[in-house]
Amino acid sequence: MSRQSLTKAHAKISELTWEPTFATPATRFGTDYTFEKAPKKDPLKQIMRSYFPMEEEKDNRVYGAMDGAIRGNMFRQVQQRWMEWQKLFLSIIPFPEISAARAMPMAIDAVPNPEIHNGLAVQMIDEVRHSTIQMNLKKLYMNNYIDPAGFDMSSKAFANNYAGTIGRQFGEGFITGDAITAANIYLTVVAETAFTNTLFVAMPDEAAANGDYLLPTVFHSVQSDESRHISNGYSILLMALADERNRPLLERDMRYAWWNNHCVVDAAIGTFIEYGTKDRRKDRESYAEMWQRWIYDDYYRSYLLPLEKYGLTIPHDLVEESWNRITNKFYVHEVARFFATGWPVNYWRIDAMTDTDFEWFEEKYPGWYSRFGKWWENYNRLAYPGRNKPIAFEDVGYTYPHRCWTCMVPCLIHEDMVTDKVDDQWRTYCSETCHWTDAVAFRSEYEGKATPNMGRLTGFREWETLHHEKDLADIISDLGYVRDDGKTLIPQPHLDLDDPKKMWTLDDVRGIQFASPNITLNAMSDKEREAHLAEYAANGTHAVA
Amino acid sequence: MADITNQKERSFPKIEFTDSEAGALTFPSSKSRSYNYFEPAKKRATMYEDVTVDVQPDPDRYLTQGWIYGFGDGPGGYPEEWTTAKSSNWHAFRDPNEEWEQSIYRNNTAVVRQVELCLKNAKRARVYESWNRPWLKFIERNVGAWMHVENGLALHVFASIQRSGPVNQINTAVAVNSAHKMRFAQDLALFNLDLSEADVPFEGSAHREVWHEAPEWQPTREVVEQLTAVGDWCELLFATNIVFEQLVGSLFRSELVMQVAARNSDYITPTIVGTGEHDYDRDLGYTRALFQMLTQDEEHGEANKELFGTWLAKWVPRCEKATHTLQPIWSQAADKPVTFADSKQSANAKFVSVLEDLGLDIPKELDQ
Repeated sequence: MSRQSLTKAHAKISELTWEPTFATPATRFGTDYTFEKAPKKDPLKQIMRSYFPMEEEKDNRVYGAMDGAIRGNMFRQVQQRWMEWQKLFLSIIPFPEISAARAMPMAIDAVPNPEIHNGLAVQMIDEVRHSTIQMNLKKLYMNNYIDPAGFDMSSKAFANNYAGTIGRQFGEGFITGDAITAANIYLTVVAETAFTNTLFVAMPDEAAANGDYLLPTVFHSVQSDESRHISNGYSILLMALADERNRPLLERDMRYAWWNNHCVVDAAIGTFIEYGTKDRRKDRESYAEMWQRWIYDDYYRSYLLPLEKYGLTIPHDLVEESWNRITNKFYVHEVARFFATGWPVNYWRIDAMTDTDFEWFEEKYPGWYSRFGKWWENYNRLAYPGRNKPIAFEDVGYTYPHRCWTCMVPCLIHEDMVTDKVDDQWRTYCSETCHWTDAVAFRSEYEGKATPNMGRLTGFREWETLHHEKDLADIISDLGYVRDDGKTLIPQPHLDLDDPKKMWTLDDVRGIQFASPNITLNAMSDKEREAHLAEYAANGTHAVA
Repeated sequence: MADITNQKERSFPKIEFTDSEAGALTFPSSKSRSYNYFEPAKKRATMYEDVTVDVQPDPDRYLTQGWIYGFGDGPGGYPEEWTTAKSSNWHAFRDPNEEWEQSIYRNNTAVVRQVELCLKNAKRARVYESWNRPWLKFIERNVGAWMHVENGLALHVFASIQRSGPVNQINTAVAVNSAHKMRFAQDLALFNLDLSEADVPFEGSAHREVWHEAPEWQPTREVVEQLTAVGDWCELLFATNIVFEQLVGSLFRSELVMQVAARNSDYITPTIVGTGEHDYDRDLGYTRALFQMLTQDEEHGEANKELFGTWLAKWVPRCEKATHTLQPIWSQAADKPVTFADSKQSANAKFVSVLEDLGLDIPKELDQ
């Protein structure tokens, strides 16, 4: 269809909307934003007549590649180190995708611009596509990869696992609370416009380097829909900016959304890329280098900064602090070490790091070995059952961390942890911004203005609370992370499948007590707590200036 | 000729044969190659089930930490309390159409190709020039008004519902329903554009005035707007797909347009409107399956039937008013092969059949 025809078609389709006069549409999902003074912004034009054939063609290419991968025995050359992390990633990502579909009516209801409603409804269908195409990719992995355990219980494990819950913010955050905060700022302006670059572009590159060309096939196809979504988000953002009353809310939401995306996405994708790869070429980009290219340059400098002239208060300090955490504070490496520490309650296996890996890490992140090298050597030493407990329960100089009440990634940069009594409970936060998110932003009032539509942090936010003082074997059994012989664990701290004696079983972890740091903290006297927190801050990693 | 003496050394990852394919080793769970967290409806899970079931988690199943975000005035996620209808197991629902990514694009692309070919042939054969003026006027006014209905239901009824259902299977089926409606509304609008550009007396923008002001269409607009005001997602789905679509939608599309167009030299409109009827047939399929599940629920079936009875009592009169007010348009075509009474009788019979499938009483308001 020519551009002129498309413009005419779009104009005709826009005649289909009308202002209701007989009844007021139900307000299912409210917003504290106002669009009374907002000029109507026209998003990218898309009509269904061209949309469906375009997507069908994209699908045909994806499914052709899948057939080719099977015929070409792709799984003879995939790296298990890589595929194991896909058990976590692909258990999480279909939920954010389907949540994005569910978020669209919230934006449709909140934004009085019929021009944009079509674009949002098309995005809804895109997101159904993304969720189901990713579920199908996972099914293909389950059917063709050597170790299906973990893929086979994927959606259950996602729902009952600590890492699944961290990832779930990247989904629940799209569909809950203030409609604009959730469906526009958090989902579209930050998650889709910034962080899908590392999710759907940087990570597939790494998959290909590890023998898996299906992940790039699927995720590049997914990413090709994102430009329309970014256009939807941008249009709504400009409309919101047009009314000065929205400015404080925009500032609040940009801070929350940026920081939460950084905490969650950089934790996960950074780990998958840095610790899931076997490709240790020195000229291969590190996650930090990818982040600089895709997030800092492409998003922050090219997309966000120009919005400053329209009145958007940009969280420069948080962008810089994210970079500081990724480079100087070793955020991704701390997260990877935490995942590996918690291996018995995962539903995937984690490979040990080797001398080749050490050398690469030291090259890319100077100082890495002195912080993490010995620990990974211990991980390797304690990889098999019989003579020792899992590494989390051996003395290797590592303190099991407190969990951040807001982002639910543990407080791994110890000296940055904030502790406060909020809602009559002592809570720990990984950073000042996560403390602010809970104590200030997600409340019914913000800077003196009522914000009744803002969301609330709910649920059992510390995963360990559910398993306090239980036996580790019972926890794993209850979670269902046991293989079909009824005793061998799905998770293993190595990739050796050829020797049953190297595989941990429930018997190997029985008799180990699990404790919740938050319950323990709340049981302390003031004096005990102060001493504990001082010690916690002192024994963590310290930023290199 | 290019200089090949100073090329930078290329860097690429090494291929390594890892023998990581299924069956390479035997160990616990090495043959566990199906999703094991849900019960398939039949012996083996379908592709649709594999990519749909449990993608939306539930605190009543595996979501042990619960929903981690809430609304300012209530819980987040997908609370069952967002409808007054009750099920002892919402997760048992399966969409008989088994809609997922590939089916959505295959089916809708097939429709797009059919409609495009039809419209291209119409232009080439200059068929619009042979249409009589009353029929052109009929299309201009009535099919023009109807496209608003389809678009309104797409964006403000079905798109809205798919945020609220307690399980993914329901929400995805409704999202596809929304896409059907949006595509169909746009097809009608682009058909309107073709007619506007043809060398025939056709006012392409007349539909707006008709939709906003023509007396025969106002009760229909009123019902559509009333639908968008419903907060209970299950009532909204019932009122739209069981009541409105049967009594008003099918009456207009199947029992009027599809019956009278050919007699007025028009083989184009039925082709396009027929795709809308085909969509509705599929969408009624999932709707019927859902409400059958609810009326046959051992624990809540009787209470649901009573509830749906109150919904019928509320929505049937509104839709009846809309249909009866539309009666004059049956007289607007030059050739009138069906009467309003014939059409209404046929639509009512189908509606009664759907209600009987659901085990619901036939409302007394309905013309017998």
